Amino acid sequence: MTERRAVSVRKGCGRLSLTFCGWMLAAAAHAVIETYEFSSPALEVRYHALSQELRCPKCQNQNIADSNAPIARDLRVVLVEQLEAGQSDEQILAFMVARYGEFVRYRPTVDRNTALLWWAPVILIGAGVFALGFHFMGRVRASPSTLTATEAAQLKKLIEENAP
Amino acid sequence: MQVRRFIPLLGFGLLSVLLFRGLSLDPTALPAARLGQPFPEFAKPELQSGEAIGVADLSQRPALVNVWATWCYSCRVEHPYLLELASAGVPIYGLNYKDDAVKARAWLTQLGDPYALNIVDVEGSLGLDLGVYGAPETYVIDRDGKIVHRHVGILDSRVFHADFGAWFSSVVEGTVPLAQRGSVAK
Repeated sequence: MTERRAVSVRKGCGRLSLTFCGWMLAAAAHAVIETYEFSSPALEVRYHALSQELRCPKCQNQNIADSNAPIARDLRVVLVEQLEAGQSDEQILAFMVARYGEFVRYRPTVDRNTALLWWAPVILIGAGVFALGFHFMGRVRASPSTLTATEAAQLKKLIEENAP
Repeated sequence: MQVRRFIPLLGFGLLSVLLFRGLSLDPTALPAARLGQPFPEFAKPELQSGEAIGVADLSQRPALVNVWATWCYSCRVEHPYLLELASAGVPIYGLNYKDDAVKARAWLTQLGDPYALNIVDVEGSLGLDLGVYGAPETYVIDRDGKIVHRHVGILDSRVFHADFGAWFSSVVEGTVPLAQRGSVAK
């Protein structure tokens, strides 16, 4: 099955872009190779979702699916056990957070410590829009489009004087 | 108009302060999730006697719980200082983490045994309950059996004096000479 798929992908790519395709496929083969038996395909789907959601405490900036660290392996084993034991996603995440803190979640809950993390993009975009608005408003004000009566008279005089 | 000229300088100054602060932060340091909570329940064998022990057996308090293993090089570096602390009267409980019991016993025979008791955690389940992510780690449990401090990495004289004084003031205040050996390089 996989072989056939690989072949069809290869056909789909032109000869020139073969290298590029190979590179694209290589990205999918990044995760640690391990085999777990799941009693249902739904559990497997949840396993993949959760193992990518959980962050490895040792090798930071890797999720537990990608990491080779022993602790990441332990957490994967615990994850499989808990999935098979019928725990919900929330219960599993709560179990991990109780032991390793909000740090283990790539999407931590909003609290006092993470509020800035969550709101910073909105605040920064807001500040950017504000700064841009301020900038353009200043520019508009700096170039007045209407002339006062005396200025109009001066201008008229100048044009008349310089007319050939 | 004059103020405007200084906005970039102000931005630069602010950024400098932030980045300078960042230099002294340890990005691998994690807040311990278990602080303030009682030491987790467990039922594990003791390394030397083989008897089943539980959290009630960690009865000398305040005490250190030191996570160690024979595969952990830093634990070997840390070991002499633990012997020193033990001889100064600090109760230390060992958590022999994902280790081979035979090797662990040989290590203690060879290097000396600073531990009042050693919890054997072959599969690392107690380590997981504590939130251990590498060895060595050292926890402080207070008089009530609560986890009040965690140190990740080598415990040496400098760290002990800086962070553990609140629970072991008699040792830190120099009633027992510890300083002469100095801190072990990380």
